[in-house]
Amino acid sequence: MDKRETTILVVDDDEDFRLQMKLQLEPAGFRVATAGSEIEAESALAAGRPDVAILDVMMENMDSGLVLCHKAKKRYPDLPVILVTNVVGDTGVLIDLATKDERSWIQADAVLDKPVRQEQLQREIKRLLKT
Amino acid sequence: MATETFRVLVVDDEPGMRSGVQRVLKAFRVSLPEEETQVAFELSEADSGEEGLHLIRTRPPHILLLDHKLPGMQGLDVLDVVAREHPEILPVMITAYASIETAISATRRGAFDFLAKPFTPGELRAVLHKAARHLVLQERAARLAKEKLQVRFQFISVLAHELKAPLAAVEGYLRLLQQGSVAPGSPACSQAVNRSLERLDGMRKLILDLLDLTRIESGHGRSKPGVVDLLEAARRSAEGVLPQAGARGIRVNVQSGPPVLVHAGPEEVDMILNNLLTNAVKYNRDGGDVEVTVAQDSQGTRLRVRDTGIGMSEEEAGRLFQEFSRIKNARTRDIPGSGLGLSIVRRLARLYGGEVAVQSCPGEGSTFTVTLPSNIPWAESGIASPGPGVP
Repeated sequence: MDKRETTILVVDDDEDFRLQMKLQLEPAGFRVATAGSEIEAESALAAGRPDVAILDVMMENMDSGLVLCHKAKKRYPDLPVILVTNVVGDTGVLIDLATKDERSWIQADAVLDKPVRQEQLQREIKRLLKT
Repeated sequence: MATETFRVLVVDDEPGMRSGVQRVLKAFRVSLPEEETQVAFELSEADSGEEGLHLIRTRPPHILLLDHKLPGMQGLDVLDVVAREHPEILPVMITAYASIETAISATRRGAFDFLAKPFTPGELRAVLHKAARHLVLQERAARLAKEKLQVRFQFISVLAHELKAPLAAVEGYLRLLQQGSVAPGSPACSQAVNRSLERLDGMRKLILDLLDLTRIESGHGRSKPGVVDLLEAARRSAEGVLPQAGARGIRVNVQSGPPVLVHAGPEEVDMILNNLLTNAVKYNRDGGDVEVTVAQDSQGTRLRVRDTGIGMSEEEAGRLFQEFSRIKNARTRDIPGSGLGLSIVRRLARLYGGEVAVQSCPGEGSTFTVTLPSNIPWAESGIASPGPGVP
């Protein structure tokens, strides 16, 4: 797949996280689109299918990312979704995809903890784009 | 008015005494209007120290009426056990020998009060009134302490989060530089550095606001109160926000006219004005207006700061003055702030016996009004009153 065609949608209410994703993904050859809220993300998704979506879990609501993930998958069932979270530190809620039960309700293809390590993120993106 | 029932256990070997207490307490109510509570009593009896302890261990009473002279185990021995096992019980000693020695010895062992035999129904009621009041106040104090602790805990956990967020952002940018994803000297690099500096600046402002807040709360370091011209202070504050206002074409207009004098600490007045004016600019639209007016009559002084900014809903206005309750929506998302400014304004206004209120309409703007009474309660607020010669 030609990397220059690949669009990654980054959704996070943290302006700095969005900028940091841009700064590290653009030099790697991706096109980065950003949205700062659940609503913005929904219109971005309605406008077209990105190649990968990276969603923050906690935005205006505690579960914004999970709700968005659900909606994104409904619209584009094969869209790879990466959830990023620091939910454990803030609320004690732990999200992982270890069990089948959790995979079935969370629906995401990968879950990464904040701070997101660059190699890990790029590895996940590559893996998800191959399948 | 809430009704509370306190359990009373009377331990006395004389049946006449127990039934007497029973008769007095049956219809007796203690009303504590200032605590908005009415107290009723539920009586149980024991004819010996041993039986009394058994009852105390199965269902501890709130108040214990304990005879000094008992057939087996003595009253003072029962008192010792109660003090050790149930220090929350209020023991009242009933004694025929109302000697000072007995009183001292019983007090040392934890007796709350005394009743000298023979006592009148009025004396018994008086003692129970005192005991009930003590218990209600104690409960209230414990509840308040718990609530305060909870508020404090919540404040600290939000504060920790607010301090962690900028650190995480700066760390993120530094890692990008370290990994080489952002080349030194590139536009991306200056973007990363500028954002880092902005976040650190926000963090410093939060810490300064926090220091203001603790200073107000602790009562230390307040500036010496004197006579302050509100209009003059407002003009100075307006000059302070001019750079930010000018950059966005916002006009800041302070009412002209003769001085409007108030008794207050100059630093506190500056804090109020700076917070309100900074907000009026921050949350304004480009090319908007900020207007500061002051009105004074015999009732007191009203300071108004009106903006033509984004405004807010009634629900949002309701929680605006709480600590860290920044209104989060698409329009406020990129506006930095510590979330403490308005809570500082409210604390200061209340310090002077005044209040702050907001009137707002989404999309049209907000008006903040600080009212200061003409008689500022210096004594209650803990501020030294202005010296003689001050008008």
